[in-house]
Amino acid sequence: MTPRRPVDTGAPDRLYTVTGGRSRAADSFDLVTLVVSESRPTPGMQSEHARILELCSHPTAVVEIAAELSLPVTVVRILLDDLHVMGRITARHPRVAASHSELPDSELLKEVLHGLRKL
Amino acid sequence: MVSGSCELPAQRTPLADAAETGLKIVVVGGFGVGKTTLVRSVSEIRPLNTEEVMTQAGVGVDETSGVDAKTTTTVAFDFGRISLNERIVLYLFGAPGQERFWFLWDRLFSGTLGAVVLVDTRRMDDSWYAIDRLEHHGTPFVVAVNRFDDDVAHPLEEIRQALALPEHIPMIDCDARVRTSSKNVLITLVDHLRTMAIARETTQP
Repeated sequence: MTPRRPVDTGAPDRLYTVTGGRSRAADSFDLVTLVVSESRPTPGMQSEHARILELCSHPTAVVEIAAELSLPVTVVRILLDDLHVMGRITARHPRVAASHSELPDSELLKEVLHGLRKL
Repeated sequence: MVSGSCELPAQRTPLADAAETGLKIVVVGGFGVGKTTLVRSVSEIRPLNTEEVMTQAGVGVDETSGVDAKTTTTVAFDFGRISLNERIVLYLFGAPGQERFWFLWDRLFSGTLGAVVLVDTRRMDDSWYAIDRLEHHGTPFVVAVNRFDDDVAHPLEEIRQALALPEHIPMIDCDARVRTSSKNVLITLVDHLRTMAIARETTQP
């Protein structure tokens, strides 16, 4: 089964319909924030919301949701914000500080190295 | 389970339920240098493509007009994924290094662990801008030289000089098509990051 494309991404105006006219999202969802559904889709729910809940029955990064839905990341952030407010998803945010010059701790990097070497 | 780069699953493979930490590494380089090839060769999923629509307060627009002038730009990027263990998943982003894209990067890639600058010796000009911006932002990086057609004309030291790259920045030869080679590039970067982190932790208790 091929999921339908929710909107024509070539027409920016229609993206405003998906997001109910909003163009700015809270910056709470990083590209690699992992999203997990807390409930199943319900009848009558906006199709993009339902699709996200289906996808996120396993942890799914924001950027993967955007790719799967063929929607720009900006739009996905807004949709996620809705679902978060409704209590239908939870978010596992990255541990790494969102600042340019801050390095993660060496223990985490050691784990990353270990994982890479095992590939 | 080891899968070759040619046998990536067509179906979406979900992450482990215990996955809790997403990490980012960015691969920067000029057009056609092999960014997507590198991402593909180490990714556990077929590289996906997505886009970010960026709204930028008008630059070069008359600000006295009283109108909230904005321009919208769409930037597309590829990404791949590596599950490092049950809890940690690494995302690799391939992004264009050209000058016109850089204002987007601040938001797109804030919080990235570090960057790989992928260099093609036939078009080294493309690398200068990326290196300059990464240095400016304080984003740690390594330089990987993608050797096309067994190109051995330029030794690494020569390229280091051509790029005016400081000694402390690691350089590595690679073949982006080969999984172990791309893997070594990532290891070189994370090794570099860890050395820096340890140095920082010992000087700032």
